[in-house]
Amino acid sequence: MYDDTIVAIATPPGRGGLGVVRLSGREAWRITGELFTGRLADHRAVYGTLRDGERGEMVDEAMVTAMAAPQTYTREDVVEISCHGSPVVLQRVVALALRHGARLASPGEFTLRAFLHGRIDLAQAESVLDVIQAQTEAGLRQAVDGLRGRLSGALKEAQDVLLGVQAYLTACIDFPEDEVESQAVGDPKDALERAAKMLQDLKASAGAGMVYRNGVATAIIGRPNVGKSSLLNRLLGEERAIVTPMPGTTRDTVEETANIRGIPFRLIDTAGLRSTEDAVERMGMERSRRAMERADVLLLVVDGSMALTDEDTALLAAADGRPTVVAANKCDLARGTDLSQVKAPVACISALTGEGMDGLAALLESAALGGKAAPSDAPLVTNPRHAAALERALASVTAAQRGLRDGLPQEMVTIDLSAALEALGEITGQGVHEALLDTIFSQFCVGK
Amino acid sequence: MYDVAVIGAGHAGCEAALAAARMGCRTLLLTMNLDTIALMPCNPSVGGPAKGHVVRELDALGGQMARTTDRTFIQIRMLNTGKGPAVQVPRAQADKRLYMLEMKKTLERQPNLTLRQATITGLARIPPTAPAAPPGADLWPRPAFHLTSHTGQAFDAKTVVLTAGTSLAGRTITGNATLAAGRAGEPPALGISDALRAWGISLGRLKTGTPPRVDARTIDFTQTVMQPGSATPISFGFYYGDMPPGWVLERNPIYPAGPETPWRPQLPCYLIHTNAATHETILRNLDRAPMFNGAITARGPRYCPSIEDKVHRFRDKPAHGLFLEPEGWETNEVYVQGANTSLPEDVQIEMLRTIPALARAEVMRAGYAVEYDYIPPSQTRVTLESKSVDGLFFAGQMNGTSGYEEAAGQGFLAGANAALHARQRPPLILQRDVSYIGVMADDLVTHDLVEPYRLMTSRAEFRLLLRQDNADLRLSPIGRELGLIGDARMEAVERKRWQIDREMERLPRVFVSPAAHATLESTGAAALGRKVSALDFLRRQDATYNTLVSLGLGDLTLHPDAAISVEVAAKYEGYIEKQRREVERIRRLETWAIPRDFDYAVVTGFRAEAREKLMHFRPATVGQAGRILGVTPADMSILVVHLERLARSAPLTHSPASL
Repeated sequence: MYDDTIVAIATPPGRGGLGVVRLSGREAWRITGELFTGRLADHRAVYGTLRDGERGEMVDEAMVTAMAAPQTYTREDVVEISCHGSPVVLQRVVALALRHGARLASPGEFTLRAFLHGRIDLAQAESVLDVIQAQTEAGLRQAVDGLRGRLSGALKEAQDVLLGVQAYLTACIDFPEDEVESQAVGDPKDALERAAKMLQDLKASAGAGMVYRNGVATAIIGRPNVGKSSLLNRLLGEERAIVTPMPGTTRDTVEETANIRGIPFRLIDTAGLRSTEDAVERMGMERSRRAMERADVLLLVVDGSMALTDEDTALLAAADGRPTVVAANKCDLARGTDLSQVKAPVACISALTGEGMDGLAALLESAALGGKAAPSDAPLVTNPRHAAALERALASVTAAQRGLRDGLPQEMVTIDLSAALEALGEITGQGVHEALLDTIFSQFCVGK
Repeated sequence: MYDVAVIGAGHAGCEAALAAARMGCRTLLLTMNLDTIALMPCNPSVGGPAKGHVVRELDALGGQMARTTDRTFIQIRMLNTGKGPAVQVPRAQADKRLYMLEMKKTLERQPNLTLRQATITGLARIPPTAPAAPPGADLWPRPAFHLTSHTGQAFDAKTVVLTAGTSLAGRTITGNATLAAGRAGEPPALGISDALRAWGISLGRLKTGTPPRVDARTIDFTQTVMQPGSATPISFGFYYGDMPPGWVLERNPIYPAGPETPWRPQLPCYLIHTNAATHETILRNLDRAPMFNGAITARGPRYCPSIEDKVHRFRDKPAHGLFLEPEGWETNEVYVQGANTSLPEDVQIEMLRTIPALARAEVMRAGYAVEYDYIPPSQTRVTLESKSVDGLFFAGQMNGTSGYEEAAGQGFLAGANAALHARQRPPLILQRDVSYIGVMADDLVTHDLVEPYRLMTSRAEFRLLLRQDNADLRLSPIGRELGLIGDARMEAVERKRWQIDREMERLPRVFVSPAAHATLESTGAAALGRKVSALDFLRRQDATYNTLVSLGLGDLTLHPDAAISVEVAAKYEGYIEKQRREVERIRRLETWAIPRDFDYAVVTGFRAEAREKLMHFRPATVGQAGRILGVTPADMSILVVHLERLARSAPLTHSPASL
């Protein structure tokens, strides 16, 4: 409907080893070029790496298929980026696309564009509407939930600070002969600093919010027979995996979701990682390696009753640099492990008796939240659309701060601030201009 | 039969009639009183933020207000210098009588234009001209209008532009004294409201006010702060050469003269302040204030609060600034800007006399509030044509706006569209990214008013593109198409555009050296570290085009407005580019028409609020729909799916969507 470029994760959330991010619009190719090292070719899948230009850091490997209009789903230029299915990776790719000028697609917008460009026939119009309506209703419910309580309070606070500065600057511009006093606002620089801080906190909470909303893929890894499946059962609070004392019982990966401290951990029990000749077991181990690759958090189980084996050490090395928690199991038996060399946080537990499980839960929570403490009373942003809007609002406030610092005319600062307020307005659904006029006339005695 | 009949000769009516007549239409301008043409019943000033932009735009389109103001002002100043390129704008103090005389003269000398004094009491439709009409009769295939006056005069017209201002069922209020009146001392226009109601047009009620005028002989000017006019030439009109001479009368010696301004004699204004005693007087008499005791119920404008409202709402504020503005070169009447009030006269006098400069002040006219009917513009198209009555246009204060400039801008739009309608040509639509007039028209038809509408720069989301220095580049091509801008002037506009383009190509290729820059002691600018292109140099916040001129790198033949355009283009390139991109992004929505008969009731999927709002405003385009409060992006998606479905299912039967 708009002539801009949209982006969204095209695969269902939290499932599968592969995820697809799709872009559509005239800038789809250009934007992809900013974050992908491969050379795009029309209607061909190209291998390369995704990079975060700002940090130059590799995000993931990817197969990218760029398709020029009109032979595409939307009849616009389309790019499909296939990478690992981890929500964290996919969201990072979307965030990069947003930073380079894409807009987060509205519910059903790809289909809508396909329809408007004549790609989908009339009979399908109804289903387009259904998609939009269904997703809109879901989105509305979610928005209402998200805006209830703390988040709405925190947003409103930031919005009010920005409105105050904007009202002051606007009153100065539109009523140049009135004596507009800044008392209500204080120093605009300070106020913007405060607003930026609030938005930063909110944005930071978005990371945690996504974790609470989308869950964390957690691979339970370890040598055979260290008690991975017992631990899984303990975490799930029910018998799921087949537990036998025979090493190598778990031939397949099992995926279950455990709610730990409010965070949905999708626990992937992997076949014990061990060199083996058994063909069935080898297949299971292949799956395990893949599970490790797509996990956000690794839970490495070792046998705490005996010394670390070479295999344990190798697994620890493989997990290096990834969010990892080590569970030293069987601590109800004699403690035989020297864990002082292990860099990752360690919990001594007994999957059998449940001893030490609280400590493990705390470590898992912290690993899921990127090492930060759990947000206690901080408001949580759980909607990716809100997170994207917050990011834009923050970028605009930063631009406004830069403008003030560089001595740009007030007008330029107001332009950045309106962009920030518009972005927040997308979350709150509030008309920005009306709110601005209300603020001007309630705070400043202007007009002749 | 006239092509266009304009009822009312205020600021909207004058522009409407001139635009229609200049477009070659047989035009009739009707007024209740030929002596009050282009009256300024409130403040004696023209321009200021957004309003001044409209005046510049009117000139660029071929309108009149800018030139009449330039010829008759007693003072002009540039406001908001230093606050940004797009909010800088002139404001002038007019000589009220000269303005009226000058406008009347312009109307009287305009070919195709007939000026008649008549109070219209009847407004009716007549059937289309029969094909068997006598030879020489106008053929008009649509219903026309039949206008009758209270003395029995009758006029027929193909189109009518109604610009009745505050005179529709007007009522003025000063304390307990209430009078049926359009403006102080004038009868209200009755009868027209009834005709409109009969056509199913609903009316709302608004309120505004004006301050008292005091006798200059009773002001102690030594207790005021003088506000002189601009030392350098400023104008509203685009002249591309010498500015035409102003109409300067002998200065009334009662006014202390300001500093000499050799380019044009000017008269200062004078600043004073209220104090605790003033506020005490007002608060003590609040029960006698019609705004507070319930005598006035209609909503007044928040941006133009009465002095009683200001004092009441901002009790902590120790003083409010007031400007004493002479209403002309010769008159003793001084307008007390900022003191608009409907308090009883005795309180007005007592209140003013608490201010040292006004301790002996005599009021010549008391302030008053006026309540009047307006036509909620959800019933009006963005062309200012009525949605329900074909060929009937509304402009000015009766659309719920306030301000001479807003009225004039709408008058032009309505007049031009009435002329186009009479010629059976497609209408003129001014988009939001092209003009403030367009912003105003669009705001009016997509929002319900809670107070009289005033333009502000903050209402224009693309204001960096809507600058006063480029109004001609934006709009003169449109004026040209309407037949309002002549060859010579259009050449001058295009020459200016060409000059800007050429300069933008030249500047990256000439360089400023640190040594040369160091010779500029007067600029106080930070030293230059290395050689930079003139374009990069202009990007510095402390550099202006004049700095380049001082360095010998400027183009002296450049038009002053072109120099501003160049400077702005260099300095704010990133911001301007962003707004351009945004305009591109939404352009499709702005031209995506919704059929007039689109049935929102049968469309499933809208949220209840959105459906109700869409049915209320009946937007002409998808872009307009999106600006209606309560219509979400999801509702817009639903709307466009249905529009597309309609277009595919009935491509030949549904009328080509028109605005």
